[in-house]
Amino acid sequence: MLKVKTPRNHRVRRELEKRAPKLVENGKKTLILHGTKTSGVLNEVLKEIYHLKKGKAVKFSRKNENIKPFENGGETSLEFFSMKTDCSIFVYGSHSKKRPDNLVIGRTYDHHIYDLVEVGVENFKPMESFKYDKKLAPLIGSKPMIAFIGEGFENVEELKHFKEVLLDLLRGEVVENLNLVGLDRVYVCTAISSNRVFLSHCGLRLKKSGTKVPRMELVEVGPSMDLVVRRHRLPNDSLKKAAMKTARDQPKKKVKNVGDDAVEGKIGKIYIPDQKVGEMAVINKSKGVKRERREAKLKKSDQGHASKKQKEDST
Amino acid sequence: MENEAQFTVDLGNLMCFNPHHHFPSKPSSREELVKECLEKGTELVQIIANNLFNLPSTESVDGPLVKLPPPTTRLPREKPLPKPKAPTKWEEFAKARGIKNRKRDKLVLDEQSGTWKRRYGYDRANDEENIPIIEAKMTDEPGFDPFAKRLSDKKNRVEKQEKNRMQNLKQAAKVGNLPSHVQLAATALPITGTQAAPKKASKHDLGKVAGIAVTATASGGKFDKKLRGEKPAQQPKKFRKFLPVAEGTGIGSQERSQTERILNSLISKNSHEILNVDKAISMYNVKKEKRKNQKGKSSSTSSKLKPKTKPQKKFSKKGSSKKEKAK
Repeated sequence: MLKVKTPRNHRVRRELEKRAPKLVENGKKTLILHGTKTSGVLNEVLKEIYHLKKGKAVKFSRKNENIKPFENGGETSLEFFSMKTDCSIFVYGSHSKKRPDNLVIGRTYDHHIYDLVEVGVENFKPMESFKYDKKLAPLIGSKPMIAFIGEGFENVEELKHFKEVLLDLLRGEVVENLNLVGLDRVYVCTAISSNRVFLSHCGLRLKKSGTKVPRMELVEVGPSMDLVVRRHRLPNDSLKKAAMKTARDQPKKKVKNVGDDAVEGKIGKIYIPDQKVGEMAVINKSKGVKRERREAKLKKSDQGHASKKQKEDST
Repeated sequence: MENEAQFTVDLGNLMCFNPHHHFPSKPSSREELVKECLEKGTELVQIIANNLFNLPSTESVDGPLVKLPPPTTRLPREKPLPKPKAPTKWEEFAKARGIKNRKRDKLVLDEQSGTWKRRYGYDRANDEENIPIIEAKMTDEPGFDPFAKRLSDKKNRVEKQEKNRMQNLKQAAKVGNLPSHVQLAATALPITGTQAAPKKASKHDLGKVAGIAVTATASGGKFDKKLRGEKPAQQPKKFRKFLPVAEGTGIGSQERSQTERILNSLISKNSHEILNVDKAISMYNVKKEKRKNQKGKSSSTSSKLKPKTKPQKKFSKKGSSKKEKAK
């Protein structure tokens, strides 16, 4: 017997609809976790990446022994976590003698592994070691500018793939409208050699220039590290084709109660419920009340004098 | 030095890429390298800013708002494209017949009370179930309860609706189009995009597996309590045939045939004859028959009329010769 399971409350229903496949997708969430053994450096790196992507990242604190991204069987746990947390990029850190300070950055498509890049971290400098004017500190969640420098990103295949993955990881949400005041961070990625990339996170200082475009000045703020590309796995062609498919532009949603007129231009309709004039609340009661009070007082005083006189008479 | 037009700018992602910078093979020192990287970075960021600030901006409360163009670098999606909703049975029927959805009023005039009540729900207008008195028709039997009939009618209608809904959902699940908040409970998978439902095991497969499971006990499943209706295990076993104890004096015919068979197989294994006479004879006979059949077909007479010439079964020469040798 097949039973239909639907969520009992609307909150769960809304969550499920958020996670359903859509034409225009939500921004990718990042999953940060580590394997059996991590080094001090790696712990710091993972912590800083989590801070940089706060709000759109999930960090697991336990060690995961059975995750081996590059092996056939070691991916099931990762896919399970990706499904549960709805994250499609993951950063997995591990440390071993053969691969010290190892980071595996991977992406998933439909909660299956799409591609992987394995990098080693060297010359890591945490955020605390940089001294700068506190006003320049970038806010959490601001959209970053990304700069890629170096011919390696164009010529070397591994670095090309790594550039794509870095862009996906660092870019944040895709927005249509941007507030120019909120530009305050830059990621600078330079391909120093054919397998080494220098990544640095900088804050922006906008200086006045003659024109309306301000002069940019970079101040090193956040973590900076050297990433050495070790292994990588490209997606297989059929999966790549399926993932790169985009639907043609959907016709814009019809806005209700708005119409176009050739002569008058844009016309809007507003519906107002019937007004019950008798039951409406009067805003400024005090003046009217005061006048009424005064009149009432006068009336009373007349009556009161009359009654007092009567009393005196009686007693 | 580099030509600005050679930089790739992706405004939608606020990205700028300089593919032409060549770093000296021996970097001077770490700090110099960092400085150079930052300088180059500043250049690129300046270019992005130039492009950004030249976009048409609108003033808002917080500051100048700029409408970004869509990003140009193609990045892979995280989930597959949503499939269009498959039409339900009613929708297909309505489309075929040309039935369009009418817009109805929220409030309807209730004839009985003369007020405006809602069209459906609690305290609805023209509610058939609120009639306190139902007149009996001439065709009704005595003892017929119209109120009970009303209740059972409603129950049947609700069941039919549920059945139709289940059918629609099952159809959608087959295609892979289940709405995101619905889950069919027999398939206990987490709700996700395109994971296909696992195929159901067939009766035969289940029986086989159950049989294996049952015999996986220390006593081979012989003494387990069987459920009502469970058939005994059908495992093909090799049975040893024991000859009857008393058959007659001396070696009986059954024993003889058994020993003969064993001897034959043993001796044939050790023989070095290239030609298997038995097999050759049977092959020759089969070929002869085939030829005869073909001849029979080519000629108009049916083979049934012809006298059947069965090939004589020649006794195993090989065996007899061996017996002589053994003697």
